[in-house]
Amino acid sequence: MDVPRLFILNETIRNLHFHVAMWFSMMILFIISFIHSVRYLNSGNYRSDIMSRNYASTGSVMGLLGYLTGAVWANYTWVTDQSQSLGSVLKEPKLIGAAIALLIYGAYFVLRGSFTDIDKKARVSAVYNIFAFLMLFPSIWIIPRLVGSLHPGAPGSDSGNPALNFNDIDSRLRMVFWPAVIGWTLLGVWITTLRIRTEFLTDKALMHE
Amino acid sequence: MNSKVLSLIKKDLLLELRTRHAFFGLLLYIASTIFILYLSVNDTLTADTWISMFWLIQLFICVNAVAKSFLQEGKGRLLYYYSVSSPVDFIISKIIFNVLLMTAMSLICLGLMLFFMDNPVRDLPVFVGITVLGGIGISMVFTVMSAIAAKAQQNAALIAILGFPVILPQLLLLNKLSRAAFAEVFRAGALWQLSGIIGLLDLLVIMLAIILFPFLWKD
Repeated sequence: MDVPRLFILNETIRNLHFHVAMWFSMMILFIISFIHSVRYLNSGNYRSDIMSRNYASTGSVMGLLGYLTGAVWANYTWVTDQSQSLGSVLKEPKLIGAAIALLIYGAYFVLRGSFTDIDKKARVSAVYNIFAFLMLFPSIWIIPRLVGSLHPGAPGSDSGNPALNFNDIDSRLRMVFWPAVIGWTLLGVWITTLRIRTEFLTDKALMHE
Repeated sequence: MNSKVLSLIKKDLLLELRTRHAFFGLLLYIASTIFILYLSVNDTLTADTWISMFWLIQLFICVNAVAKSFLQEGKGRLLYYYSVSSPVDFIISKIIFNVLLMTAMSLICLGLMLFFMDNPVRDLPVFVGITVLGGIGISMVFTVMSAIAAKAQQNAALIAILGFPVILPQLLLLNKLSRAAFAEVFRAGALWQLSGIIGLLDLLVIMLAIILFPFLWKD
């Protein structure tokens, strides 16, 4: 299918269906993980803890994939065509935000690893998950909108907000992009549910139901 | 604020005064860090480097100052607090105490920085305000992190691992905000916008601490 060819972007715009959709999917998976953490604290049900952990790990994988596709994309647009230095690319506010997100979930898994008691592990890591999520995501959503950025959607750029505003994206791209978001998310959810179900089976003895 | 919070803060203050070695240790930590910085920098620092050094030192001071707030409480003592106060009172008193401690430490740190390094700050009152704002924010986040890490076994290193990613957005904002005191011209209203965001983040930390701490509390 044909795509609009913009200056510099050209055919690389097809990466939109991977890169942006993967970040969407990561965000959604982290939100699900957060909700399960809240549910764990509410009910103390061990199942919620398993779900919260697995959604967080699949979300991290999606984040890493988003990074990789972003690196490929940046290589053909910012680095090759705009001759940005690596330093200026790495200081991108959105890159920093994403790096912080992955660091937080790294810390989450380190925290989980430092407990031996299962209940305590579940409770404390749920607290950290909720705290870190709520501290992080406002800043990911707000800060990149305030500062200059190479990404579209920064203040002062004429690119609008292609990821969220329906009018800023070409209809041919939109036709694939939103299904791609749903598709990547469902793929993530499917992989996670497989892992969750295996864990339900292996930890059956721990569940009192 | 009720009398329980006040008496818990008073207890922390008294403890700090009686075990003076911890307090002076902290002061020595600040002084020696800045002295090392002074010795190792030959040239005058640019405003950029000055600001980043300042916040980096603040961050490590805070890790050191706040880390012990939960680690020093042994199991028996926690059990005692459990029977005499509520978790909300307890975490609020800890936050207030750490905010006071960190504000004092930030101001001391700022004073020493200005004494040892040369002074690139153009607008001192504004920068003092930013320092206090930053100190409050950092200390509140690390109080919560300390409460979480105290539940795990290898806790001292864990505080840094847990806290740094969470504090990063705030530090970046503070870094940006600090430039206001270094003669960088801001868009009209940007100073208040940034301070407002930091203030809102602080408010968020307090609310989360009050909501989440009861879950950490019961063991």
